[in-house]
Amino acid sequence: MGTISLKNARKAFGDVVIIPGASLDIRNGEFVVFVGPSGCGKSTLLRMIAGLEDLTSGAILIDGKDMTEAAPSKRGLSMVFQSYALYPHMSVRGNISFGLKMAGMPKAEIEAKVAKAAATLNLTEYLDRKPRQLSGGQRQRVAIGRAIVRNPEGFLFDEPLSNLDAALRVNMRLEIMQMHKDLGATMIYVTHDQVEAMTMADRIVVLNRGNIEQVGSPLELYNRPDSLFVAGFIGSPKMNLISGKPAEKFDAHTIGIRPEHLGISLKDGTWSAKISLAEHLGADTFLHVDAGPCGMMTVRAAGEYDAAPGAKIFLTPEPDRIHRFDKDGRAIRK
Amino acid sequence: MARNASIRRKLVVTAFAWTVGLVIFFPILWTVLTSFKTEGDAINIASFFSTGWTTEAYSVVQSRSNYVQFAMNSVILALGSTFFALVIAIPSAWAMAFAPGKRTKDLLMWMLSTKMMPPVGALIPIYLIFRDFGLLDTRGGIITVLMLLNLPIIIWMLYTYFKEIPGEILEASRMDGASLGKELLYVLTPMAIPGIASTLLLNIILAWNEAFWTLALTTKDAAPLTQFIASYSSPEGLFWAKLSAASTMAIAPILVLGWFAQKQLVRGLTFGAVK
Ligand SMILES: Nc1ncnc2c1ncn2[C@@H]1O[C@H](COP(=O)(O)OP(=O)(O)OP(=O)(O)O)[C@@H](O)[C@H]1O
Ligand SMILES: [Mg+2]
Repeated sequence: MGTISLKNARKAFGDVVIIPGASLDIRNGEFVVFVGPSGCGKSTLLRMIAGLEDLTSGAILIDGKDMTEAAPSKRGLSMVFQSYALYPHMSVRGNISFGLKMAGMPKAEIEAKVAKAAATLNLTEYLDRKPRQLSGGQRQRVAIGRAIVRNPEGFLFDEPLSNLDAALRVNMRLEIMQMHKDLGATMIYVTHDQVEAMTMADRIVVLNRGNIEQVGSPLELYNRPDSLFVAGFIGSPKMNLISGKPAEKFDAHTIGIRPEHLGISLKDGTWSAKISLAEHLGADTFLHVDAGPCGMMTVRAAGEYDAAPGAKIFLTPEPDRIHRFDKDGRAIRK
Repeated sequence: MARNASIRRKLVVTAFAWTVGLVIFFPILWTVLTSFKTEGDAINIASFFSTGWTTEAYSVVQSRSNYVQFAMNSVILALGSTFFALVIAIPSAWAMAFAPGKRTKDLLMWMLSTKMMPPVGALIPIYLIFRDFGLLDTRGGIITVLMLLNLPIIIWMLYTYFKEIPGEILEASRMDGASLGKELLYVLTPMAIPGIASTLLLNIILAWNEAFWTLALTTKDAAPLTQFIASYSSPEGLFWAKLSAASTMAIAPILVLGWFAQKQLVRGLTFGAVK
C-alpha cells in the first residue's frame, strides 16, 4: 500500500549539497514528521518525495516500486503546500475537483466526491466562492480537500499550519490527526513546531543540515537522544547542556538534563544556583538560574513556585535522566 | 508656505505634462485637421484656420481605393501575428520563468538584442526568401514576419508577468496530474490573463503600425492600411489633404482600441513593474 522508502537519496543544487544522502523507510499508514531548523532541507526532501525536485542520485521507492523518475502525479501522493497554492481563478469546487478532472473521472462521480470532501471539511456552503473570499483556515481546508479527493496512498504536508493563528492551529492539528485515523493513509508532515511534532507523529525524523540525525517515536527522541543536536532540539524548554568540570564527574564531555528532571531544594543538592528570573505559566514555573560552573540553567518547578530573584537554591538531577555525550556530540550509552 | 510651494510645484508639473502631451499629440491633431481641408488650403499655413472645412478629401479617398480591403488585411495581419506569437511565447516564457537554466538570462538578452539591429539589414535575405517561396504579398508570409518581429517583446513581457506568479500553484497542478499542456492552458494562462491581455493589445498596435516590412513585402492582396496611406503620397502634385484623410482613416480603429484599453496598456508598457 503506502510505503515510502528513500535509498541514499541525494540532492545538490549545482555545487551546493543540500541533502548529502538520506535513507529512510516509512511504513504504510505511518504519520512521520520531519523536523529541523530552518534551511536544513525539510522542504527539499519532501519535494523530492513528491517528485517536484529531481534526485541527484539515489532512489525513491513507493509501494515497493521505483518511482525515482516518475512524474509527481504518478506517485499516488497528494501535497498540501505551506502557501496553500490554491488556483486563484477557480472556485472552491474547481480547486477540489481539478485533480479528478485531470484524471478524466466522469462528471457525476466528481460531483459526489467533491460533495463528500466538502461535507467532511465543512466547506459545503463555500463551494462557489473564490479562494480570495475565504479566511486562512478555510483556504487551508480547501487545500486539504484538494488533497483528499484524489484518494492518495500518501499525503505530504509542508508546514501546513504555519500561517494560521494559535487557536486555529490546534483545531486543524486535531482535524489532521483525525483524518489520519479515518483514512489510514501514510502521511509525511514537515514542521518546525515542537508541539506539532511531538503530538502528531508516530515517528519523528530529525534533520540537521540535510542529514537525518535520528529517527524515532517522540518519546524515544525525548528519552534517548542520539546526539547533542537532537537533545537540544527536542523538548521545550530546551535541555540544559553542561560541559567542563561538572560533566567530567559523569565521565562525559557534555551532560544534558531537562528542566523537568531537576529536583529543587532549599537545603542541599548536587549544584547550588542563584535564581535570576522566574517565568510563571500558572501550571508551571520556569526558573532561570545561574548555577556557577554549570552556567545558566532552566528548571521547571511544578505549580506556582514562590521565587525571589537572587534567592539561593540547590538542584539535584534525577540520576537516570542524565544524558551523557562524548566530545563529538554522540550519546554515550552504558 | 509649504502649501503654496506644493501648489506651485503641481502647477509646473501639470503645465509640463500638458506641453509634452500636446507636442506628442500635435502631428495627429494636425493630420486630422488637414484632412478636412481642400488640397489648396491644406498647404497654405498662413490662412489655415480662416478658410473653410470640407470632407472632400474623404470622398476622393473613398472612391479611389477600397478602404475596407486594406483595413481587413490590417486586422488579419495584426490579430494573426499576435495570436501565433502568443502560442509560441506562452510556453517559452513559462520555461524561462519557471524552469530557468543557466543561460536563460543570456537568451533573453540575446532575443532583445535582435530588436537592436536595423531591420533593413535583413531586408535583402528576407525579400529573397519571400520571392523564392512565393510568399510576397501573401497574408501568411506577412503574418510570419510580423510574428517573428514582435516575438522577443512578447516573450519578455510575458516572462516578467509569469515571474510574479507563485511557482507552487503550478506545482500543485502537477501534483494534481495536469500535463504540461493542461498546466499552461488551465492554470497559468487564466492566472496571467491581465498580463496576456496587455501584451496582446500592445502587440496588436505594434503590428498594426508596422510599416517597414508591410510596405516592402506587400503590393495588393495582402496590403494593409500602411500601403493604403503610402499610396496617397506621390512625388508631385497636391496630396496633403488626401494623405491626411487616408492616415486618419488608418489610425482611427487602433486609436479607438487604444482609448478603451488605456489601463491595460499602461500596465503593459511598464512591463509588470506596477502591480
Ligand atoms: N532551487 C534552489 N537552488 C539552490 N538552493 C536551494 C534551492 N532550494 C532550496 N535551496 C537551499 O536548500 C536549503 C534547504 O532548503 P529547504 O527549503 O529545504 O529548507 P527547510 O528545511 O524547508 O527550511 P524552512 O524551515 O525555512 O522551510 C536552503 O539552504 C536553501 O537555500
Ligand atoms: Mg520549508
